[in-house]
Amino acid sequence: MYGNDFSAPNGAPDETPGGLLGEVEAAEAELRAAAARGRRGGPAPDEDLAAYFAEVVDAEQKIEPRDWMPDAYRRTLIRQIAQHAHSEIIGMQPEGNWISRAPSLKRKAILLAKVQDEAGHGLYLYAAAETLGISRDELVQLLLDGRQKYSSIFNYPTLSWADVGAIGWLVDGAAIVNQVPLCRCSYGPYARAMIRVCKEESFHQRQGYEILHTLAHGTPAQHAMAQDAVDRWWYPSLAMFGPPDGDSTHSAQSMAWKIKRFSNDDLRQRFVDMCVQQAEILGLRIPDADLRWNDERQAYDYTQPDYDELMRVISGDGPCNRERIANRRAAHADGAWVREAAVAYAAKRAGQKETVTA
Amino acid sequence: MNGPFDFTVGLADDALIAAQRLAEWTTRAPEMEEDIALANIALDQLGAARLLLSYAGELEGAGRDEDALAYLRDNREFRNALLVELPNGDFAVTMAKLFFLAAYQLPLYTALAGCADERLAAIGAKARKESAYHLDHGALWVKRLGDGTEESHRRMQAAVDHVWPYTHELFAADPAAPVDPATLRPAFDEVVGPVLAEATLIRPDSGWAPAGGRAGVHTEHLAFLLAEMQVLHRAHPGANW
Repeated sequence: MYGNDFSAPNGAPDETPGGLLGEVEAAEAELRAAAARGRRGGPAPDEDLAAYFAEVVDAEQKIEPRDWMPDAYRRTLIRQIAQHAHSEIIGMQPEGNWISRAPSLKRKAILLAKVQDEAGHGLYLYAAAETLGISRDELVQLLLDGRQKYSSIFNYPTLSWADVGAIGWLVDGAAIVNQVPLCRCSYGPYARAMIRVCKEESFHQRQGYEILHTLAHGTPAQHAMAQDAVDRWWYPSLAMFGPPDGDSTHSAQSMAWKIKRFSNDDLRQRFVDMCVQQAEILGLRIPDADLRWNDERQAYDYTQPDYDELMRVISGDGPCNRERIANRRAAHADGAWVREAAVAYAAKRAGQKETVTA
Repeated sequence: MNGPFDFTVGLADDALIAAQRLAEWTTRAPEMEEDIALANIALDQLGAARLLLSYAGELEGAGRDEDALAYLRDNREFRNALLVELPNGDFAVTMAKLFFLAAYQLPLYTALAGCADERLAAIGAKARKESAYHLDHGALWVKRLGDGTEESHRRMQAAVDHVWPYTHELFAADPAAPVDPATLRPAFDEVVGPVLAEATLIRPDSGWAPAGGRAGVHTEHLAFLLAEMQVLHRAHPGANW
């Protein structure tokens, strides 16, 4: 109830039924339909498991945790779902940075609820990864050791209140464009998690858009704050879709497995096309002098983000990589005595119960 | 001695400052589940603070809304008890603060739900359900930490010793108020005593009872908390957010 007490201005994202949220709902309906028509029975005793797996995937049915799956499929999913979960958890930091200074009590409540949602998404995604036979503790350790990644976007700093709006509009917007196709992912637990996550993310995106709209229509200082945030977050947001198709290492196999449905560049284009009109309504300028409609392609031409910068940030040299991971390590280390106490207390209680029932 | 405005602002400030402190834990909690739980409690406190501040503004009749009261008063005008402004410390200190505050707020909001002022009664009726959860959560952690490991016991006892003196201010008599805080002490003691005993913790026997928050005389910590909370709002006078 605290998160939704504002009215979105006209032209807010996803007001049209054909928008991204509509696609999430379509994916949900598809999921239900696939469950209703039932999957072919399990493989026969002498059936080739790989052929069986391919048949299920080709029939747009879902692979479930109990099913046989290729090792590489399992590894790819663990890597991708874990990276997504880590991104939710690390992503709490840049926005959490402004909770204490939110400029109104209403905004404070909305932001606190949003950051809390991200923690919830993280837990939900770790649970989805656990269905693949790895524990949350192991995954968290891989994050803390730097052996698994999180989205590079969260290695940029939030320097003003408007950054909270820009993250909502651009970063959550890009995340949704990326994630909506994952609602139709061949792995059932991930597809179902994505449906829920996308619905909440779409809500977050509207909140971010609304923050920027208010700033852009506020005082000159507020407008400048909003423009500065969009200037800084635009290209890192474009980079969220990953390297250009020619350089993407995991794409082809993931497409064949129906984990991924569209190429990085297709999704990036879709995001740009979506943002242009929204920026106009916001009254903010997208920082790209070469941005223009291409009638032939029926899409906007735009300037690519700096992929060298993306690679530097991914490999650890972004502005906040060290700080973000140090904070997570500190929270984990500082909380160790608390977690140990909870385990010890539970063991004592279990011991008492045994004594009573014996 | 205090009118309904002062009483209402006192409750509102308790809730607001508690929310601000709890929200400082975001991304830092010992477990991810606890991050969510602390944010929940912070949201409850913030929600109650907003309702109470809005009502206080109406009682005052000077055109101040929730944000004017939250962002444009200085520390000498805040009426919260000192307990809520104390720094978070370690997780044990935060749980001691949460447990004692909830053990006070639950009987307070319960009594408020039956008071003659309809608005305060409605706020009390809503908030007491939330306080019941806060109390459960705080009590569970006090027990886990008190009766957990040697280290957690040591930390939890130190936290109780540190925070306990600040509980007395919560029950300072105010016979004219819609609910006289002095009448809440027995309910508080009834809840706190057994939980501390089960947690193998000793209730401190200190005669020190720091106070002053209800009169706007605070610890040195509050001005820093407000400086951070109010900085952006004050930097843009009259702006909408």
